[in-house]
Amino acid sequence: MDLHALTIHELQDLLGTREVSARDLTEAFYRRIAALDDRVHAYVTLTPEQAFEQADRADHRRQMGESGPLLGIPLAIKDVICTAGIRTTCGSKILHNFVPPYDATVIEHLTAAGVIVLGKTNMDEFAMGLSTEHSASGITHNPWDLSAIPGGSSGGSAAAVAADECAAALGSDTGGSVRQPAACCGIVGLKPTYGRVSRYGLVAFASSLDQIGPMTKDVRDAALIMNVIGGNDPRDSTSAAMPMPDFTRALTGSATGLRLGIPREYFVGGIDSAVEQAVQAAVQVLEEVGATTAEVALPHSEYGVAAYYILAPSEASSNLARYDGIKYGYRTPQWSNLRDMYMHTRDEGFGAEVKRRIMLGTYALSAGYYEAYYQKAQQVRTLILRDFEEAFRHVDVIVAPTAPTPAFKIGEKTDDPLQMYLSDVFTVPVNLAGLPGISVPCGFNSAGLPIGLQIIGKPFDEETILRVAHAFEQHTDYHRRKPPL
Amino acid sequence: MITREDVEHVAELARLELTAAEKEQFIAQLNNILTYFEKLNELDTSDVEPTSQVIPMSNVFRDDAVQPSLDRTKVLQNAPEESHFFFKVPRIIEE
Repeated sequence: MDLHALTIHELQDLLGTREVSARDLTEAFYRRIAALDDRVHAYVTLTPEQAFEQADRADHRRQMGESGPLLGIPLAIKDVICTAGIRTTCGSKILHNFVPPYDATVIEHLTAAGVIVLGKTNMDEFAMGLSTEHSASGITHNPWDLSAIPGGSSGGSAAAVAADECAAALGSDTGGSVRQPAACCGIVGLKPTYGRVSRYGLVAFASSLDQIGPMTKDVRDAALIMNVIGGNDPRDSTSAAMPMPDFTRALTGSATGLRLGIPREYFVGGIDSAVEQAVQAAVQVLEEVGATTAEVALPHSEYGVAAYYILAPSEASSNLARYDGIKYGYRTPQWSNLRDMYMHTRDEGFGAEVKRRIMLGTYALSAGYYEAYYQKAQQVRTLILRDFEEAFRHVDVIVAPTAPTPAFKIGEKTDDPLQMYLSDVFTVPVNLAGLPGISVPCGFNSAGLPIGLQIIGKPFDEETILRVAHAFEQHTDYHRRKPPL
Repeated sequence: MITREDVEHVAELARLELTAAEKEQFIAQLNNILTYFEKLNELDTSDVEPTSQVIPMSNVFRDDAVQPSLDRTKVLQNAPEESHFFFKVPRIIEE
């Protein structure tokens, strides 16, 4: 039996009957990683020593009579989430040697639940990108086509899940960085409502947009991880004091009575025909399982990319000011005075895309330009938010493509940043409005590359998007297909 | 239009030492991106409140209780240079 191919809940069935141990699973995944990761390059750091300790502890807990949905399950963690004692680089030279002295809150929750951390996954530097081509640790390849991007910025996590190099993974999503790589790699990716999951220990990119989310082989696994990582955290003052449901209870297999909104603005211009067909077919499937559909208007969608690429770099330019070569991370070996040390440390430590966004953000916030760019973008953010509020007066969820095209080729867009940014068109409005969104596999193009269906929900209504995603999954088999590795 | 002087000024504000080649590249790329941003001027936002964050929360308080700090040794292990339990920094006051 291919243990590495199973979902969390399937593995849990085997662990529960003692057919396999957590140690068996850990060995199986490391064998899989050894066989494939030379080609996929999903991982930046592997942590076998700690993983086998965690596995033995999980097996011991089970022997003592404990059980739990994540007890003994091997996961991969995006290298932007702090793990105590394990190097956390954010894909950047400037953090190449950073060993966090503490765990992120999500890691504390997962550890308490008995999870095994196999290693840290590759990403675009500081989560800035959608192709995982901007990492100081090199490029990650799409398991479905090694010459294609895996999406990003959580491309390492997405590729690790798709290639069965872990049972599931955590990613982070600031403008689509969980949902878009999930779509590119044919897996499930959930971005929770802003405030649902603590950001304590998530290295900051754009603090008003960042959320951690699960990347999994099916919808049930996403619900299981959400049950563990969500909830209020006193250490993150933006984490919401909202009740945490059992998300698996939303998985009824039916979409009966639910109203789906189809935003007409998401189906005009620039969208790949295979993506459009797959999403239209997915809407039909959802109608067959009981949902009704209505067209909705999100008239300010087309301004999302411009607003996002002002706001996110502005917040980033402020957040990344902390990398100064003093308290942690890289310091240039050669300098003559303090200013010189800052300038060289940051020039040598940051990659091109991060510098570009720091420049953009600094420019947008600088004297004379603040009103024209930053404040204007914040006002447009309000208009985008109002669009969604109006649409959700008429429908329960909004259904759309996750990305306008399947995964493009490695190197195809690296010379033209604006073209790259425009690929974020369907995901960034969701972050600007703070809404939950999930991407589920809904088809393949003629080249065999996966396509993602995005389901967007009301604030703190992850349950309904999980329910719709699960109902879709119950009536399709796209999520069960495996890449030809 | 963003000029070479603008790029140099912003790089100075951001404490980024850019090479001549990087400056040339940024002039072209940033102009391209900033031109795209002009799209936002199609919208009249004169009566629209700005949104800085989406959660309707403010003044999140907690009890001012003493809690353990991070482990000093572990923290200093990440320092590029340390000395006697302090971060060692470049001289900032001229002799």
